[in-house]
Formats: sequence, C-alpha cells, structure tokens
Amino acid sequence: MKVNIHLNKRVAVIGAGMTQFRRRILETPQEIAWEASSKALEEAGLELKDIECVVIGSAPDAFDGVNLKGEYLSHGSGGIRKPSSRVFVGGATGVMAAITGWYHVASGMCNTVLVVAEEKMSPARPHPQSVFRYIWDPILEKPLNPNLIWIFAMEMHRYMATYGIKKEEIALVSVKNKRNAANNPYAQLGGNITVDDVLNSEVLVWPVQLLDISPVSDGGAAMIMASEDVARRYSDTPIWVDGVGWTLDNTEWPARDLAYARYLEFAARMAYKMAGIENPYKELDVIEPYDPFDYKELHHIEGLRIAQRGEAPKLLKEGVFDIDGDIPSSPSGGLLGVGNPIAAAGLMKVISIYWQLKGTAGKMQVKKPVHTGLAQAWGDLMQASTVIIMRN
Amino acid sequence: MVVFLNRVAIIGVGWYGFKPTTPEVSFREMVFEAASRAYKDAGDINPRTDVDSFISCQEDFWDGISISDEFAPDQIGGAMRPTMTVSGDTIQGLAHGIMHINSGVADVVTIEGHSKISDILTFPDLVKFAMDPIYLRTLNPPNFHFLAGIDAVKFMERKGVTREDLALVVEKNKRAGLKSVRSSYASNLSVDEILKYNEYVVYPLTRLDIASFVDGAITIVIASEEVAKRVKGDDYLIIRGVGYATDSANAETADIGKATYMRLASNMAYRMGKIDSPRKYFDAVFVDDRYSYKELQHLEALGISEEPVKDLREGNLHPQGEIPVNPLGGHLAKGVPLEASGFSLLLDAIDYINSGKGDRALVGSWRGIPTFTGSVVVVERP
Repeated sequence: MKVNIHLNKRVAVIGAGMTQFRRRILETPQEIAWEASSKALEEAGLELKDIECVVIGSAPDAFDGVNLKGEYLSHGSGGIRKPSSRVFVGGATGVMAAITGWYHVASGMCNTVLVVAEEKMSPARPHPQSVFRYIWDPILEKPLNPNLIWIFAMEMHRYMATYGIKKEEIALVSVKNKRNAANNPYAQLGGNITVDDVLNSEVLVWPVQLLDISPVSDGGAAMIMASEDVARRYSDTPIWVDGVGWTLDNTEWPARDLAYARYLEFAARMAYKMAGIENPYKELDVIEPYDPFDYKELHHIEGLRIAQRGEAPKLLKEGVFDIDGDIPSSPSGGLLGVGNPIAAAGLMKVISIYWQLKGTAGKMQVKKPVHTGLAQAWGDLMQASTVIIMRN
Repeated sequence: MVVFLNRVAIIGVGWYGFKPTTPEVSFREMVFEAASRAYKDAGDINPRTDVDSFISCQEDFWDGISISDEFAPDQIGGAMRPTMTVSGDTIQGLAHGIMHINSGVADVVTIEGHSKISDILTFPDLVKFAMDPIYLRTLNPPNFHFLAGIDAVKFMERKGVTREDLALVVEKNKRAGLKSVRSSYASNLSVDEILKYNEYVVYPLTRLDIASFVDGAITIVIASEEVAKRVKGDDYLIIRGVGYATDSANAETADIGKATYMRLASNMAYRMGKIDSPRKYFDAVFVDDRYSYKELQHLEALGISEEPVKDLREGNLHPQGEIPVNPLGGHLAKGVPLEASGFSLLLDAIDYINSGKGDRALVGSWRGIPTFTGSVVVVERP
C-alpha cells in the first residue's frame, strides 16, 4: 500500500462562498448552486471562464427530487462545456468534494477547480427522513423499517455506555455550537441555549433528543482551488491543502464497534501522514469535526486522535474546544448551529477552516493565532469519513 | 488545462454478466465476480494490501438504494480503505483513478461499474425523473426517447443521413457482435430486414435502432507504469489520454444535433495524448451507439470522420474497413449496462488490441438520455 508518499503539486484554496442555510429555500437547486458558486468566484477574483474543471458534491439524489443529480447540478455549478463530475460518499460528501478538487489540481489535470456542494432537503415528503427509508440493506434490514435516528441512538448509547459518559456532558456540544453559530451570518439555528434546554427537549429516540440533533436544511457552498502559480497570482493569502484522507468501512454496521470510529482513525492517519502531523493534539490549531448530532463531535474528536478514547467530554468541559480554547472546535457553529444541508454542510466545514486560516472569519474568528486547521465529515451507514488539513 | 505527469496502465480486467437478466446473483455478487477476475488478471493481487484506492461508479436510483455508496466497498475489497463513488460513467471514474495516481495518493486503483437493470421495474420513469423538473419533465412525453428523436432528425438533416444509413449501422454492429461472447443482442439481420421493421418508437428510430439494456459488472485495475512493469512485465496497456465533459444540463441550452460533449471530451484526451490526427492515429474506434445515429454523430465529434455517412456507405467503418468502428458490436449488440457502458466499450477495445488486430484504440462513451455528458479514453500498447 502506497498512500501519500509524495505530493506532485501544491494546491491552494483561494475563494469560497455560501448561501444561507435555511429550512426551506425557495430557489431551485441549480439557483442555490449558482449563488454559492458566484460568491466563491467573486472572493477569488475569477470569472467562470477561468475555471477549468468542476467538482460537484451532493448526497442522496432523492432529496432534490432529481435522478442523475450531478448532471442536473452542472447547470448552476458552472459545469457547462467543461469537465464536470460528481462525487458521493453519503454525509461525508462535502469534504470528499474538496478532496476531489485537490486531486484534480495535484494530479496536473487542471489549474483551477470550482468545487460546489448543494443539498435541498425540503422537497422530500412527508419529511426528509423518508429518503432515509431506502438506505438499508434491502433484504436484511429494510423489512424492519428502521429509522435513521434509531441507529444513531444505538451508537450514542454505545458510546455513552462504553466510556461512562453522561448526557449532560454531551449536551455541552450543542450549547457550544449553537452559541458559536450566533456569530455566523449563514446560520439557521444559532442561539444561546443551556444544558437543561437540551435535556428537557423532546425525546426522539432515547438518548437522542431534539436539541441533540442538527436541523433539516437547504443550502449550498462553493470553493475555488488552484495550483500554486495561479494561487499566487490571484491571492496574497492562499490557504494550502497539506493533507487529505478518506476511508470507507464495510456495509455491515451492526457488526461494527459503534463506540469508536475506526474508519475515521484510518482516514485521519492518511491525512496526518501527508501533512507530516505526528501529534494532532499539539499540531492542530482549529478543527471542524462533523457534528450532525452532539455526541458525534466528541466521537469524531476521538477518532481523529485529538483526544484519547472516551476523553473528549473531559476536554470539552475544560474548555479546550471553546472558541477561545486551545483547539477551538466548530467555531462556525457546526451542523448543530449552521444547519445540515448534507453535502453543503461538509463543504461549509472546509470553508470555515479556510476563512479561519485566512483571518477573514469575522465574528467567528477564533481568539488565538491559527496556522493549521482540519475539517472532517462522516456519512453512509456510519462507515465513511473524509478529512482535509489546511495551512496558511 | 495541463497534462498528466506520469503514464498510467491498465493491469487487470474482469467482467460478469452481459445478459438481459441475472437472477442468479445480486448486484454485489456480480461485482464480486468481476472484481475477483480483475484481481486475478492483474497478477493475482490482493486488493486489501495491493490496491491503494477504490472507485465505484453508480447512481442511487439505478441501484434502488438511497445512498448507494454504502454498498460500494465490500465486494471490491475496499472496506477500511480509501473508497469513493463517482456518480458517472465508468470512464469518468477512470479519469478520477488516473488523478489518484498522478496526485500521489495511489499507485494502484480499482474502478468498478455495474448494471442490474433487470431489477428496475420503472426504468422509463427514472429517466424522466432525471429530466429538469420545471422545463422538461412537465412536457410529459410519451417516452424518453423523444429527445433522441429530436437530436437524430436535426443531425440527419444536417449531414444528409437517411433511414437506410441508420439500418447500415444496425446491420454492421449487430453482425460484428457475433464475434464477441458478451453480445446478447447480436444477430445476422440484413438492411432490408431492418428497414421492413418500420414501427417507430419515435421517428426516425425503430426498436432496432435503439440498443437494449443489459445486466453486467466490469472491474478494471489501473496502476502507474512503474508498478505495471513490475507486476505484469510487458503485458499491460497504456492510457494515453482521457477526457470528459458536459455540454449542458438542460436540453434547451445544449447543442441538439451535435455531440458537443464528445468533441470537448476528445479534445481534452487528444491534448493529453498529443494526438493531432485521430483518424490516422487509431486502429479502431469503440463508440457509444445506443441509438444507431449516435455512432455517426459521435464519429464526427471525435474528429474521426467529417463525413461519417460517406465513410459508412463506402465501408470504411466496417470491421475490415479503413477505420473499424465498433468491430465487436458496440451497444447495439451488447446492450447498455448503465454506468458500466464506458467500460463495456473499453473492454471491447482491450479485447481488440489483445487479439492482435491493432495497437491503438479510441473509446467514446455517452451517459445517455437525458444527459449531454461524454467521456473519452485513448488506450494502446506500451
């Protein structure tokens, strides 16, 4: 196995843009994609004619109500009369799209890539959850009619039981992220809530309660990636991609150790090796781990080897992951606060790190100087993880 | 646009199916068969230790699974490895695999595509579901081939193509398919017999002008040339160029009557392969012919023939002609295996080169109605 022995070309992020994340956006998916794309182009100082390749990220086709969604979204994503393709690893798609943009440039295929992630969950009837009724093994699992929240409740329960973690400790993630999101102009659910608010919210599937979980959202995000010579021509502050990693575990989630995301550890190791990171706790300045549920942020921080197994809640309580902490985590507000238009939410995490490293995160900017940041996403049947590491 | 730094080789190929129905296997079992054969062909390699990344080419609705990527890794040996899905034709997946190798994250990459269309009860509805929900789907056409009908009429008017010419393509390809074991739809029909069948699906296309669909799985293993030499000696093929492009997402803004997507994709592949005169360069062409007229339209876009009708009538495109086109039958003989379509044509190209009939082949794939996306690969002996 080779993996990450050398990098052929340096790749930088030079622009990004987002739509607001909302429960129901009235624009079409193509229009959402274009709003994000045009903002990214504007920030990079480029025009569509300057873009050589387009990478599209979007999660289940059924959300937008279009088959062959990558084809449909190529209009609006600038993918007309250009090499345009869509990648897909479930919920981990947003970061995978950024990784794909990276290898488009690093391989020598293109000098400039527009990476676009879009999701419109609102058209699904009677509720976006219905799209998840068909993610299961059609023979072994579908007849049981599981609900997506059920399996995450199992994982949350297992995580809590294995390491003796209390609901109160996990609720602090929701409190932190919604507080951070109050500073994010794109956020859907920012605000000041308390641990008691989380603990008193409606029980969906025990131990998952309403405020443990990210909302249903529509939204788009886009990013411009470029080769070193182009990046230096258009930007005084290019942000470099120094490591990428992705891993898919097998499909059989019931046989997996739900207390620990081993597949994430593998993906992180791949990215750390490429970026030359040996001690992530000491070397990472700011992180955006995927947080569709509050326990997932902690789960992922452990999978990323930033905390030992079962130790993330302790560090959270000590304030390590606060916006003024040692390793600010989800300074954007994360999926819990900004919203969760699946693929767009993952790319939003990458963009958040890009803006942090560039120093243009506005009210979201973390207090300490930051030089190395990490974004991560997670998806499929609790089996996929994607990791990207950037430096300024 | 720049060019690749390193040459990439095809070191292993495996396939299963190419039958109208495959009740004996699930799609995952079918892919397992194809992958096992590809790994055997690649020098009996172990995917868990010898392959660096894995790419599955699939779409949710074709597989009937809402996040079909979940079911990608196990059957190709990609569990706990860098595995991902490219929602596109297998040639697009191949382009991503080449990028994995040239970016430095992999030396060996597996790419798979499959079709289990016999499981799909509502295929025409799913194609309709791929049309723009506002501008196109609401037209509620009687069948999805109407877009091909419009495209065919415009192309035929522009290039002076007749129904007899379309029948010549059907005759040529269905007969050529008799030489390949994968051709479920090959037959020895004559032009007269084809023309006698005049019940149009949509004018000017009858059922015989339209390729049927087929179940099948194809897995291809690619590697940097350095690795290829190590594991296969000189028994490998080189990918000299690859390209893919989308003309437009919407029918109303696409170049109807022209395969602009194929022109853009082939320009990219030729630039990468430094190919100036494609007609002279290639020994054979393997191009999407899921509608009979598409073969001719694609040949024009690929720069193989400015006057494809003239070439067809003069026999230049026949298996023994000056530039054989689909000499093993194409989709009209083999059927269309959904996202594996590009690899189906590439398999023919590999078979053709390995049989000693030529050294350099061009493959051009299209994603079908309602898309305007094409992909091209140039494959040759090292």
